[in-house]
Amino acid sequence: MSGMNRQGRETRGDALAEAPETISGNRALQLNEPLSFEIGSRTRTGVDLPEAELETSRLGGLARTEPMDVPGLSEPETMRHFTRLSRMNYAIDMGLFPLGSCTMKHNPRLNEKAARMKGFADIHPLQPQGTVQGALQLIVELADWLKALTGMPEVAMSPKAGAHGELCGMLAIRAAHEANGDPRKTVLVPESAHGTNPATAAFCGYDVDSIPATAEGRVDLEALKGKLGPHVAGIMITNPNTCGLFERDMIEICKAVHEAGGYVYCDGANFNAIVGKVRPGDLGIDAMHINLHKTFSTPHGGGGPGSGPVVFSSRLAPYAPLPFVRKASDGQYELIEEEQAASGSHGESFGRMVAFHGQMGMFVRALAYIKSHGADGLKQVAEDAVLNANYILRQLEGVLTAPFAGSGPCMHEALFSDAWMKGSGLSTLDVAKAMIDEGYHPMTMYFPLVVDGAMLVEPTETESKADLDQFIHVLRGLAAAVKDGETERFKGAPFYAPLRRLDETQAARKPRLTRMHDEAA
Amino acid sequence: MRYLPLTDTDRRTMLESMGAADIDDLFRDVPAAARLDGPIGDLPAHASEMAVERDLARMARRNKTASDTPFFLGCGAYKHHVPATVDYIIQRGEFLTSYTPYQPEIAQGTLQYLFEFQSQVARLTGMEVANASMYDGSTSCVEAIFMARRVTRRKKAVLSGGLHPHYVSVAKTLTHFTDDELDVMAPKVLSGAPGDDLDDLLARVDDETSCVVVQNPNLFGHIADLSALAERCHEKGALLIAVVTEVVSLGAIKSPGEMGADIVVGEGQSIGGGLNFGGPYLGLFACNQKHVRQMPGRLCGETVDAEGRRGYVLTLSTREQHIRREKATSNICTNSGLMALAFTVHMTLLGEEGLRRLAAVNHNRAVEVADRLAAIDGVTVLNDAFFNEFTVQLEGESRSHLRQMAEAGVLGGVSLGRLYPDDGAIERCAVVAVTETQTDEDIGALIEAYEGVAA
Repeated sequence: MSGMNRQGRETRGDALAEAPETISGNRALQLNEPLSFEIGSRTRTGVDLPEAELETSRLGGLARTEPMDVPGLSEPETMRHFTRLSRMNYAIDMGLFPLGSCTMKHNPRLNEKAARMKGFADIHPLQPQGTVQGALQLIVELADWLKALTGMPEVAMSPKAGAHGELCGMLAIRAAHEANGDPRKTVLVPESAHGTNPATAAFCGYDVDSIPATAEGRVDLEALKGKLGPHVAGIMITNPNTCGLFERDMIEICKAVHEAGGYVYCDGANFNAIVGKVRPGDLGIDAMHINLHKTFSTPHGGGGPGSGPVVFSSRLAPYAPLPFVRKASDGQYELIEEEQAASGSHGESFGRMVAFHGQMGMFVRALAYIKSHGADGLKQVAEDAVLNANYILRQLEGVLTAPFAGSGPCMHEALFSDAWMKGSGLSTLDVAKAMIDEGYHPMTMYFPLVVDGAMLVEPTETESKADLDQFIHVLRGLAAAVKDGETERFKGAPFYAPLRRLDETQAARKPRLTRMHDEAA
Repeated sequence: MRYLPLTDTDRRTMLESMGAADIDDLFRDVPAAARLDGPIGDLPAHASEMAVERDLARMARRNKTASDTPFFLGCGAYKHHVPATVDYIIQRGEFLTSYTPYQPEIAQGTLQYLFEFQSQVARLTGMEVANASMYDGSTSCVEAIFMARRVTRRKKAVLSGGLHPHYVSVAKTLTHFTDDELDVMAPKVLSGAPGDDLDDLLARVDDETSCVVVQNPNLFGHIADLSALAERCHEKGALLIAVVTEVVSLGAIKSPGEMGADIVVGEGQSIGGGLNFGGPYLGLFACNQKHVRQMPGRLCGETVDAEGRRGYVLTLSTREQHIRREKATSNICTNSGLMALAFTVHMTLLGEEGLRRLAAVNHNRAVEVADRLAAIDGVTVLNDAFFNEFTVQLEGESRSHLRQMAEAGVLGGVSLGRLYPDDGAIERCAVVAVTETQTDEDIGALIEAYEGVAA
């Protein structure tokens, strides 16, 4: 009876047949989905709007006659189209997402609810300030938290993402040097830096000079001192660094840079490891961006929108960009824009980086998260993030190669190299693709550049011990399979994803970036 | 704490497993002088979901929202109706909580909608290709100026006075530190069509010009034919950059591509996005195939998998800074993925037919409102040609009038005094935007409000 349900029909076949090709090409819950351009039509629409005739007399003879050729779908078709697409994605809601340097942590839905409150989502950036006092108050409250958590006296809220925040910090440094009549030429960047750092320095017109790392994975202080001089505008440093280590000499590094007349920019991408444990301002840092979409849990959204406020030391504060929000002595909140800057005390500001005032939607989410955790909870965030990463490091160091395992505890991420695979004919990429088959998003690969075939694992604090143990079990199993020469399960991986490996070379050689008009719908 | 799964027992077990005495043992590389020994003083402790929600709702209530008020603001951010489906789709965890699609085998959902998004943007703007989006319209605009420098190997950009002043400010900020040269025209509002400086622009284009940047419809709502300017640019080897901040206009007026633009950038917030007090928004960026390798930002391209099935990947990433480091085409590292999804879903619901209807409703209502305002003594409408916003001139300084209206519960437009604090001549002007969202009662309230201040 075990194979029978209550209706008495058989539910389990006796023989294990081989899986047939299906007629539809679908595989049960794995549903294929064509492009909207292949299923929609120009004349179909999923919204109810009147068929009003466009009045053309006030369009200056510029009424559009050319076709747009953009297909529409009805509402149910649209829902199904995007729901089907969504199911081809991996996401933090589904499982561990151990991308090093990316801080893929749980995204609380309270944040989403709060950001959608009409009082935040449905107000215009140019409304009279008297009608948006609550919104300005929210920005000030978040700014105050960021200043307190970093021990820095000023924060620019408008940058739209991490790299945009870097740009903001470096523009302030450049503006400060120009104001001193000494623009300087060079920015020092450790070789383990995020690629955005040298890109940003170069964008600001600086030459980039690379500082080597020591054998233990930290900035070489003596080499750094050797490179300092009157031509050096500053340093861009990541702390905790991209090897997952805290820069022990950070205070000395800042002192040395300051003595040489430079400024210290800290890439705050890894702030999650230290929030509530140490304040960057106490280390001597002059500017640091904070990725609200990392440490403060605003969703990554498949690649943005992010938000990258920048905190400043008192030395750089006067150069911070416009606009900013202040609480005035009468308790009213006010927005300082070009108008006030021109007439007031903010004449040294380097200017505006974006239209309007920054990523309000992200500010609401971040403040909801910060208030939920409070000062005690945020400290616990850093502690659990670091504990989880060290647990992974110690559980796997005997199986994979952990080049800096002897350099002390890691912070929020554990770095492995590919040395343990030497001679297997397999690569970091192959292991990553096999992880996909195991139901995980791969870790960050081939970064940082200071070790061969890097695998950078950042579990974050929102993973349970049981989930970490399962992940460790899988990685040990994969390591054993590499050593046993099970090459096929890696070279062909992924086998179980919606698609097999994609041909990136073909995509780049003859780029097809849009649906062509002549392809029939 | 509700977001933290580890129990104290877990923490102890894990610390023991690595031979650490306590958690501070793991922070021993942090210099002792800087280590905090307890929670930062004066900051509140954790709070329940209910308490946080209540606290934020209190702040939200202090704001006058666009849907609770007769509302007529535009100038780069527009109130449109966004179908409920859009917000549901973008909150699906598979989209909301995924990362940049660097592992294409498990990110086809994101990649396919980016390909659809790029296709939609290209077709709406009349261009061949579009990227996967940028931060917002203002950052797209300055990136276009840099791209024109790379393409033409020239450094002088000419900016129309009809370009949004925030966009001009952003361009000034960023070009101050590069060696680009900006030739920014002052806005011409009170003579001729507001913000229309095509004749001056034609005269300025020379052999050193990398690009001319023109907004259409411009900040003052005026729409113009850019064809002659495009021709002039091409004769001189310069690029024409067209900026569109109200993308719904593309459903009614000739596309910039049709008029000869080489790069079209814009703000895509109007389709799928809310007002959000200025962000997150959606930067659009489109150009023609021949310039694609100089284009900034992420690009999604079609390819095949190992079994020959069609799929999508991020491509041409050798232009980007995470690969190219200091040789990258741009500092921008991210796009505005979720806002691009909102755009794609809304645009799929609309289709060409829906967008044409939406644009017609916007324009026709704007014409009606403009005519009714023009009939008021003391109110002059400066535009002949416009899409859904236009400039009015009052007899006194517009800013105090608009504040007065706001106090009476009508958000009646954007005062130009706020956007152009240095330009006394246009402080009597305001820009009024009309979309499908205002009711007849809202329009009645607006007319009354203007009658009140004009009297």
